[in-house]
Amino acid sequence: MNIIRYQNQGLSDLSQAFDRFAVLRDEMDRLFDRSLGPVFRTTGSLSRWAPALDVYQEKDEFTVVAELPGLRKEEIELSLNDGILTISGERKQEKKNEQTYRTERFYGRFHRSVTLPASVDGNKIKATYQDGVLKVVLPKAEEAKPKQIKVSVG
Amino acid sequence: MNTASQENQTLSQKPTEQRAYVAPYVDIETTESGYVLYAEMPGVSRDGIEVTVEDGELVLAGHRQPAAVNGQLIHRETRPLSFRRVYELDPSVDAGKITARIDQGILTVTLPKAESVKPRRIELE
Repeated sequence: MNIIRYQNQGLSDLSQAFDRFAVLRDEMDRLFDRSLGPVFRTTGSLSRWAPALDVYQEKDEFTVVAELPGLRKEEIELSLNDGILTISGERKQEKKNEQTYRTERFYGRFHRSVTLPASVDGNKIKATYQDGVLKVVLPKAEEAKPKQIKVSVG
Repeated sequence: MNTASQENQTLSQKPTEQRAYVAPYVDIETTESGYVLYAEMPGVSRDGIEVTVEDGELVLAGHRQPAAVNGQLIHRETRPLSFRRVYELDPSVDAGKITARIDQGILTVTLPKAESVKPRRIELE
């Protein structure tokens, strides 16, 4: 018996097919009073969590924007190695007394690496986390900035 | 599996404005006193949240602006759409007592069940 029927907008037919299986599985779990375990949870946990990110380029800097809702800024690790920016961390699932009816969100460790097309100044990187969005601004190293080269007649 | 097509028909008959939305990921928890929904809406601030109940339907909407960033986009994975998801509300939920808050892109909606519906012990006379 469905307690809440749901309508999804913007999902493909394939996703809706998965959702139906997930509801069936959850109902069977409740019937047998146990969970099948993390491997058989909803489609979310079958794949490792890879947050979506966008990369912007300006003449003086790169900006990387990553969607990471529901974290505290201490839980996000940022590092730069050989021109590769790595964003990682872990989103912990709080174990509450309440019963989970449906899980779609991704939990656990996440890890994204971005190879930047030019070298950046590691000392001047600034990162902010607001509304669940991480924004990392990486100023280009001096030698990477576009320069005008004068041609002399000689 | 007729319900899938029936749901689609219902949606298209609704007079919604022609705008594309993406459905946020939502975790649902049940408690003795009701439900709690956790919806992921990165990039949505307090002003962009719209939670409404109408005709037994709960609508979660989060409007967001594209990120204000200098420069040219050279790699995109995000979908710059606003969020929307509709749930048919369990009739035992007390719509007047629904609360919502947003924190770092997570919209938490608490749906308490009406007092009269909660399990209770009947005393013998």
